[in-house]
Amino acid sequence: MNELLLRRVRVHDVVFGEKTEISDHVLRMNQEEVVRYLLEDRRLKSVEIKIARPGEKKRIIPVKDVLEPRAKLGGTLTTFPGFFDSAEPVGTGITYVLDGVAVVTCGKLVNFQEGLIDMSGPGAEFSLFSKKLNVVLVMEPKENLGKHEHEEAVRVAGIKAASYLGLAGTMAACDEEISFPIATLVELEDSYRGLPKVIYVDMVIAQGLLHDNYIYGINAQGSLPVLLSPTELMDGAIVSGNCAAPCHKNTTYHQQNNPIVEDLLAEHGKTLSFLAVIAMPVCTSLLDKERICTQVLKLAKFLGAQGAIVSEDGGGNPEADLMMLARLFEKEDIKTVLVTDEYAGRDGASQGLADVTPEADAIVTNGNGNQYVILPPMEETIGHLEAIDVITGGHTGSLRPDGWIEMEIAGIMGSTVEVGSENLKTIAV
Amino acid sequence: MTGREARMGSVKVIHYLNQFFGQIGGEDKAGIPPQLKEGSTPVGQLIQKESSNRFEVVRTIICGDNYAAEHLEEVASVVLKWVEEIRPDLFLAGPAFAAGRYGMACGVMCKTVQQKLGIPALTAMHPSNPGVDSARKEIYIIETGDSTLDMKRVIPKMIALSQKILDKASIGMSQEEGYLPRGVRINVRAEKRGSKRAVEMLLKKLRGEPFETELPLPQFDKVMPAPPVTDLANALIALVTEGGIVPKGNPDRIEAHNASKYCKYFIGNINDLTGEDYQTAHGGYDPVYANDDPDRVLPLDAARLLEKEGVFAKLYDYYYMTVGNVTAVASAARYGREIGELLLKDGVHGVILTST
Repeated sequence: MNELLLRRVRVHDVVFGEKTEISDHVLRMNQEEVVRYLLEDRRLKSVEIKIARPGEKKRIIPVKDVLEPRAKLGGTLTTFPGFFDSAEPVGTGITYVLDGVAVVTCGKLVNFQEGLIDMSGPGAEFSLFSKKLNVVLVMEPKENLGKHEHEEAVRVAGIKAASYLGLAGTMAACDEEISFPIATLVELEDSYRGLPKVIYVDMVIAQGLLHDNYIYGINAQGSLPVLLSPTELMDGAIVSGNCAAPCHKNTTYHQQNNPIVEDLLAEHGKTLSFLAVIAMPVCTSLLDKERICTQVLKLAKFLGAQGAIVSEDGGGNPEADLMMLARLFEKEDIKTVLVTDEYAGRDGASQGLADVTPEADAIVTNGNGNQYVILPPMEETIGHLEAIDVITGGHTGSLRPDGWIEMEIAGIMGSTVEVGSENLKTIAV
Repeated sequence: MTGREARMGSVKVIHYLNQFFGQIGGEDKAGIPPQLKEGSTPVGQLIQKESSNRFEVVRTIICGDNYAAEHLEEVASVVLKWVEEIRPDLFLAGPAFAAGRYGMACGVMCKTVQQKLGIPALTAMHPSNPGVDSARKEIYIIETGDSTLDMKRVIPKMIALSQKILDKASIGMSQEEGYLPRGVRINVRAEKRGSKRAVEMLLKKLRGEPFETELPLPQFDKVMPAPPVTDLANALIALVTEGGIVPKGNPDRIEAHNASKYCKYFIGNINDLTGEDYQTAHGGYDPVYANDDPDRVLPLDAARLLEKEGVFAKLYDYYYMTVGNVTAVASAARYGREIGELLLKDGVHGVILTST
């Protein structure tokens, strides 16, 4: 039987050093080498690397994406396949993870959908990234660079840095090794006969600038749904170029560490049989939504799925896809649970979803993105603090003259993330 | 127990009631404007007694149900003026039970006093009362049964929650405190992350065990349009409205909000509705234009013209009406079904249904 071995190297600190390596749980990083590597991309004018540790009085803004450093050991496979030298299917072999580290892409705003990470204070309560050792890439684009090129340049830089740091992991001693067996449908049927067959539908937005995701390096726009094994996500088969509101943007990190995959795998072989992941593009037009949803249903029926968890990406029009799929699945008696978040207004009194359907009778909500928070000033801003007035969740005047920030948690990276990484939810009172 | 709590009369209350609970009269006195009265009524006395006289009802405001329904803003401003003069610690209204006009007034008065004066306000009513939606988001409304029999159970709950609000103590969930869910969703931390909760919910659903969605959704009915009338020239057409057009004086006393019924009136001998004989009873829109010319809501004049031109054969001799203003969907659906059946029985082929 095939398998993926996930080897975790625990990192307790990140510092700059002469050689990029990990020893005694400390990641040393040759800053110049990283900067030089990233500046090979002529679209970037400058790259600066900053380190932000949990508890420090630092604020990172505007954040585009977050990635976990991962790399494959030996062979021809690479993490984040399809971007550089290999597009071969991943999810097998050995993958090293720098546990505790995150690469954060930052720098001049590409567009309004970027977010904030606070390393301490009340804002840090809302994001798992506040608990990471963040290697922040502050990247400024060359003059007159178009928005699409700008976005691509910083996205690719994130992938490069995460792969580069991951490589240092492959030479370090690992602290934990987890085996994820990969079985064929026939083997699953033999081993787990009688357990309910479950799939996970991972919606990925595919709607243009900062609303795109990449599956094996291909923009999900124009793609039909893609069948993946759970371990492919762990190897970076889905890269996020999406910022459809920071609170509910599924970052690359969230996809690599997709908690729905983790929690389904934890039950796999015990209470359910986890068949596969379907990455489902979310487009804008009704025809596209119908095309994609019916293709997902086709795959689900083909697999013989009896149950499904569907996670949303973004909010608003993706709720039409979410509800359409619930309708299609339930009609075919595929028991469905939807995972979403809400925009219920600052007072929590509004209808939080843009579309509903009676079939959607099992919903997990990851909170109301409109909750208003006031955040204290930090000693250091990494990036551009003034972006707070224009990003989603912020507003003109968000940055008060006294240095405090007033905003909705919609602007905090991953605060209501719809793959359910956090434990925020709403209740009616 | 603090010493303050034990002191008699330490919480000064202004209490709002309708003409019935204010002991002025029944439906015949529903038109009386608001009046301010020293001291308490029997309901107020019950509040005092159940609070061991910690609460003292210093003034009672009494207003007729119809007057309040028809002059909600005016009554609210009068109430506001009186409350501002006295500056009580607390404003209580009702309980209104299932009485729609009364509930609406209680909700609006409480909301206004709390918002404009910052004085805590609280009321009580039945979940189906249209007053609930007028104020549930802004104030606490204690849940009651649908009749006054529930008075003795409800008053202590009003007192207990009021005291918590006055003490700025933390307010528990709706079920614990006995108030109606406010329709407000707040963020809380769950024990488990979202993904884990999703897997657990799915397992329950797969096993056929009861599960509870975290986000109950409103359900919208899809009403398919009826097929078109094929032979309009030979059709009997009826006028129906939810816009509240009634003969002058509202003889059947249909409510301005959350109507409890629908009515049927003869128009076989009339070609044009005028403000002299007809009016609107609807409390949800500016009535000036409808009262000026009721044809604007129930287009009898135009229908007669079409009838004369032979566009359709005949106009049905009656019209059905109700008031579609914060009317519960369940009652609206029933009225629609019943009116439809009655019209079918009388051979009506098509309906012009007007809305406001």
